[in-house]
Amino acid sequence: MIEVKNIYKTFFVPHEVKALVDVSNKIEAGEVVVVIGPSGSGKSTFLRCLNRLETAEQGQILVDGVDIFDPKVDINKVRAEMGMVFQSFNLFPHLSILGNVTITQKLVRKRSKVERERKAMAILEKVGIADKAHAHPSNLSGGQQQRVAIARVLAMDPKIMLFDEPTSALDPEMIGEVLDVMKTLAREGMTMVCVTHEMGFAKEVADRVIFMDEGKIVEEGTPKHFFENPDHDRTKLFLKQIL
Amino acid sequence: MDEKTSNIQRLSNPTAYWSSVAGFIALMLLVIGAVYYATVTVEYQWRWYKAPKYFMYIETVTIYADSNGEVKEIKENGDKFDVIITDDLGDITYTVPKGSYELDEGDFTSPGDKIAEYVGGWKPGLLAIGLWTTLKISFISTILGILLGVIGGVARVSDTPILKWTAITYVEIIRGSPLLVQIMIAYFVLGTTINKLLYMNGFGTLDPEWYGVAALSVFTGAYVVEIVRAGIGAIHPGQVEAARSGGMTYFQSMYNIILPQALKTILPPLAGQFINLIKDSSLLGMIAIRELTKATREGITTSLQAFELWILCAILYLFMTFTLSMCVQYLERRTATK
Repeated sequence: MIEVKNIYKTFFVPHEVKALVDVSNKIEAGEVVVVIGPSGSGKSTFLRCLNRLETAEQGQILVDGVDIFDPKVDINKVRAEMGMVFQSFNLFPHLSILGNVTITQKLVRKRSKVERERKAMAILEKVGIADKAHAHPSNLSGGQQQRVAIARVLAMDPKIMLFDEPTSALDPEMIGEVLDVMKTLAREGMTMVCVTHEMGFAKEVADRVIFMDEGKIVEEGTPKHFFENPDHDRTKLFLKQIL
Repeated sequence: MDEKTSNIQRLSNPTAYWSSVAGFIALMLLVIGAVYYATVTVEYQWRWYKAPKYFMYIETVTIYADSNGEVKEIKENGDKFDVIITDDLGDITYTVPKGSYELDEGDFTSPGDKIAEYVGGWKPGLLAIGLWTTLKISFISTILGILLGVIGGVARVSDTPILKWTAITYVEIIRGSPLLVQIMIAYFVLGTTINKLLYMNGFGTLDPEWYGVAALSVFTGAYVVEIVRAGIGAIHPGQVEAARSGGMTYFQSMYNIILPQALKTILPPLAGQFINLIKDSSLLGMIAIRELTKATREGITTSLQAFELWILCAILYLFMTFTLSMCVQYLERRTATK
């Protein structure tokens, strides 16, 4: 479904940082991939390259066979099939919850008002927040806001969902409610790429874990292999520090 | 006292508070009184009773003959009368009310002879005309200034060189020269050229008002560009990312996500800019547009009531700018509750 071929990415601000060095990977439909690693390891950059929020200076990313770094590609079409959930939620504060979940449907999917509102309500019901449909984002807790952000993405019927540390900005008691929604999605067969520090989530639902450090993929494999019997010393050190 | 005051500023004692209020009123009266006394000392004759006619007056219409002729016929035309005078060039018809003329059929007329005199009805005075022109010009310039500013502001924050650099050039050129000079260039350089081109191609020429409006909107637009840029810059970059990652185009995310949020921070400086625009429109008198300031000057050349008319002129500007800032405060409160 997504094929990453030898991508490189360097940031020059504030000083030269090699965020991605020769990264390749293949994500299959229906797979749940969890990307973990210390901060500054390039895992968020990797994720943000997948829908071209960052452009790699070398290499290719094929999404369903389409090279997304090709300037001729209509990136908006590709993005419409790939939902992204952010660490800081990024809900639209000037719109109600319902507005947040309907606006992309309206502008990108061109759905009718009745259709998009029915869809939005069904999904808000699913993430357990339908009673807040007419509230504004500022009146919601962090966990509720993140569930709305997931609903906003789901309303677009995406083929893939990208999660960029979805629980890192949450109070501890709200992490569970967001992870529950993500687990439900994983069970339903959604293709997911998830950057997270939630090791429990990785163990429970990941089909594959990718460990990154200094812009490279150090190790990847099943959660069982990764957590119980990793091959590399760097992985062992990382696991020792966090567990 | 619904305003918030800090403990340092607050006068806890009501007597002290009210005597301070009384002191303020006394101070204002003292200033007005002192000015009035000074003007009387230099023997200025205040004639405020003449002021109303600069807003509305009853016009007296007098018609004079402009050639040697003969009254050929006087006939009824509805409730008025047609006085038809024949001269070397043919017939001229004057339609006048009954009883306003003192001519009979067969009378001769010479140039300058009074044909008729009657009360024409209420007419707007000079200040009313000037006020209306200022309002009209400011309104159109505000709309055009917002359009230019928003388009320019969006161009200013884009990554495309042609858009970004055009916006920067526009802002820097306009902000770097005086408005008065820009008005002169708009009228005497561009106006002359454009009017000549229009004339040569068989079109009518444009009035100075249009060049004035153009100069004011281009000037204001440049400042609005910077205000819009700052407003957009204040929005968290995650907002654009959230919008774009859902598949919205750049312009969809600008129009639906960024600009509505930016509007809230933009509103107060924007209001200041448009208050300046109303005041700056007083410069348009330099290119023969009869706005409020020029109308006041015209009024003074005939009446010599300089003190009254300049004070009235200032009060009228104050009235316009104050109304505008009230409207904007209302809008701010409305957007703040959301």
